[in-house]
Amino acid sequence: MKKIIFVAGVSVIGGFSLLPFLWFVTTSWKTATEISAIPPVLWPSFHWEHYHAALVQHGLLHYIANSAIVAGATTVVSIVIASLAAYALARFKLGWGRYYLLLLLALSMFPQIAIAGPVWRLLSALGWLNTYHGVVAAYISLSLPFATWVLTIFFKELPYDIEEAALIDGCSRWQALRFVVFPVAAPGVFTAAILVFIHAWNEFFFALIILTYPAVQTLPVGIALFPGEYTMPWGEIAAASTIATLPLVALTLFFQRRIVQGLSAGAVKG
Amino acid sequence: MKSSSDPVWRFLAPSFLFVVLFSLYPIIESFRLSFYRMILTLPWLGQKFVGWENYQDLFSDPVALQSLLTSMAFVAVTTPMEVLLGLGMALVLNESFRGRGWLRAIVLVPWAIPTVVASQMWRFIFNDRYGLFNFVLFGDATDRYWAPLAEPGLALLSIMVADIWKTSSFAALIILAGLQGIPRELYEAASIDGAGAWQKFRHITLPLVKPALLLALLFRTIDALKVFDLVFVMTQGGPADATNVLQFYGYKKSFAEGMIGYGSTIAVAVFLLSLILSLIYIRLLGARLLAQERPT
Repeated sequence: MKKIIFVAGVSVIGGFSLLPFLWFVTTSWKTATEISAIPPVLWPSFHWEHYHAALVQHGLLHYIANSAIVAGATTVVSIVIASLAAYALARFKLGWGRYYLLLLLALSMFPQIAIAGPVWRLLSALGWLNTYHGVVAAYISLSLPFATWVLTIFFKELPYDIEEAALIDGCSRWQALRFVVFPVAAPGVFTAAILVFIHAWNEFFFALIILTYPAVQTLPVGIALFPGEYTMPWGEIAAASTIATLPLVALTLFFQRRIVQGLSAGAVKG
Repeated sequence: MKSSSDPVWRFLAPSFLFVVLFSLYPIIESFRLSFYRMILTLPWLGQKFVGWENYQDLFSDPVALQSLLTSMAFVAVTTPMEVLLGLGMALVLNESFRGRGWLRAIVLVPWAIPTVVASQMWRFIFNDRYGLFNFVLFGDATDRYWAPLAEPGLALLSIMVADIWKTSSFAALIILAGLQGIPRELYEAASIDGAGAWQKFRHITLPLVKPALLLALLFRTIDALKVFDLVFVMTQGGPADATNVLQFYGYKKSFAEGMIGYGSTIAVAVFLLSLILSLIYIRLLGARLLAQERPT
């Protein structure tokens, strides 16, 4: 009896999490008639037209490239900046270090709208609207709080003796970070990088206001503003959505243990 | 190259630079702009200082009030639901069974999906002519089908459903981390004393997982106040401003209408609201951090 309830619980949770999205994915393989059929068609006819239309007519590859550049650059630069800061916060005896961490925590909670106008004006004054570096600069500041927190926690947990030995042997702090701490902390750094990447890949609000030219827009903007005047091209939207989500589902399946660890480190240990 | 010769500021300078330029300065600038009247995209028209006028407008703006209430309703409904569902998921995931790794990965799927994709997906499910939602409710009787996203009473509920689906798994992960911190021996001891499953849950699990529940609730509250993507894609704030949450209203005024002065006033109001919540949060959890001893 207890087992039946448990199996039912597992099925409900699995179904709740997966079925709505699977339904949308199967829509991408249906013909227009199948999409609007009542009763709904459960098994699609594996019609690949929508993928062709999304990739060729709507230039989805272009959006994918933009997203990859923006999310990739954001991840690399944020992790470097956050690692430097986290190292200092974890290892130097700074009286105000913890207040800086609290400031970052507070910043991460503020709604984007609170800074959106001035950020837009700043980027506009710099001539950085509709550029990769403009949106990456905004994203770095969004991801620094989380990355710094997680990395500070990881760095604090590392044993100090190897590093101390390196420092005594004449390494500078910089060399110790680069050659001793960074390699040992690689799993933690990688976890933070995955989470920053997923966040940057999915971010929509700042992408929407900073990137108004289709040539530089990222996937979420492309999918949100998918053109369709009279009838929604659901098959194509579903195809584009499936493609946009594929890298994330792959990352999640491969690295679920790390993701869970990273999220709970950021949340609970803080 | 002695260790003491490396100044700490070199490690922190890049972080400071970004925080100051893209977080602190913009917040201060939002405050300043809230006292001006200007058009975002026409900066050459100049900015006119109008004092508290934008704030007077805000307090007499019925749409702003409705927007505040909508955001509050959104937070009040979604966050408890998400924590409750998250607790259920976490309790199942905390058991050891075959395929647990798979279930944990599946639970992460809604969290990993771009919110914009989840929004389009739910918009499709809530479609008025062939959405799965209508089929489940009414079957073949297409004449009875609803248009949930076009009805003021249902549109907000639809967005809530989408948000609960998208973010319950995040709550589940935080709660799961809390559950994993409960020592097994407590349950074993309770079993020896003859406690049933419910008694164990009520007297061991619940009190010990409370901090994690609180944390999940606060995280979700702060995030729910920022809801934007779902509204932008599913309803554009409509119908009749029924889903016009604060963040969307601020966006609409500042960027769609270009009224950056008034938009900034809304931004300041949202900011102060979040600040109050953040301070509560930091008081509850940051105290532990401040008390913590530094390593080495």
